[in-house]
Amino acid sequence: MSTTLSRLDKVKTDAWSGGKSPFNVEYGKIMMWFFLTSDAFTFSAFLVYYGSQRFAHLTWPDPDKVFQSIPFIADSGYPLVFVGIMTFILIMSSVTMVLAVEAGHRGAKKEVVRWMIATIVGGLMFIGCQALEWSHLHHQGFWWGRIPTEAGIPPETLLEPYFTHGISETAALQFSNLFFTITGFHGLHVSIGILLNIIILGMTLNNTFERRGSYLMVEKVGLYWHFVDLVWVFVFTFFYLV
Amino acid sequence: MSANQHDHTSVAHTEEHHEPMSKKRIWQVFFYLLALTALEFFIALALVHAGHIEKDWTVKIIYILLTLWKAYYIVAYFMHLKFETSGFILSITTSFILIVYFIVLLLIEGNYLKTNFNPFQFWPMP
Repeated sequence: MSTTLSRLDKVKTDAWSGGKSPFNVEYGKIMMWFFLTSDAFTFSAFLVYYGSQRFAHLTWPDPDKVFQSIPFIADSGYPLVFVGIMTFILIMSSVTMVLAVEAGHRGAKKEVVRWMIATIVGGLMFIGCQALEWSHLHHQGFWWGRIPTEAGIPPETLLEPYFTHGISETAALQFSNLFFTITGFHGLHVSIGILLNIIILGMTLNNTFERRGSYLMVEKVGLYWHFVDLVWVFVFTFFYLV
Repeated sequence: MSANQHDHTSVAHTEEHHEPMSKKRIWQVFFYLLALTALEFFIALALVHAGHIEKDWTVKIIYILLTLWKAYYIVAYFMHLKFETSGFILSITTSFILIVYFIVLLLIEGNYLKTNFNPFQFWPMP
């Protein structure tokens, strides 16, 4: 019986036989990037639809009038302040995530834990702020399929505080639906991201990555978290600024 | 025969790419993003809201350009895409040309609806 392997049985390691990962990027990382690309298309579809609705209506709620409160501090008169705080929190959590990934490259487990906890806290703060925004709008009478209405008061009077160039019930309804849908979809992504971060934190504490010899998983989850921040940058621009 | 010598092929490869993103660089990019965001807020609050500038389409274009600039920094540095191979960068970014087309298309459609289809009740500001 021969002990040498035939050519067919030898493990092949050249580029076309699995010996090299395409683009020199690990498989899981490529897949995460491809998922993020597809998710970017989904968010783009929502945001472009929002844009086309704004273009299709003669008037649209003025975000500076709809969002001018700071929870627990002021009920009106401060447009952009609270959402600015939210944006800052999310960007900060993105920075702490990058720092966690960088610590992972050096194999510094304690630092990875510290920065992951900071990222999770930032994410929870953002979700809390978003919940406050939602509840404020909801208490004013907005919800999916609902705008402020009151028996005996004409709609144009009730909606007047939210508009600058003319009033329209349909525009208010569209705005309300799209706001809750798009920020809700984004909030869902943030929540899933927080969950993933907690799982990765657990795996780090459990020494899973020490045993594997690589913190690559932290990097992959970090990509997802940055994507969430990126989407927020666009949502913020199109809902609050433009 | 041992067949599993090559599980870790790419894990070792990726390490060499990551030196450029030092802690110093990370904070630099953060302050850059903060500056761009602060600029947006400055334009929005100190210029537009204070009444010095009208919120016309030039202001909106500036907002969008600043946002795209921030997006570039997040994707290139925080998500590390700048340091990958050009083939990978292309495989992720080229599909977004379709989004540009989609935006233009939907804005044209929206405009058509505005001029030709407005059955919704409209009240001018009192």
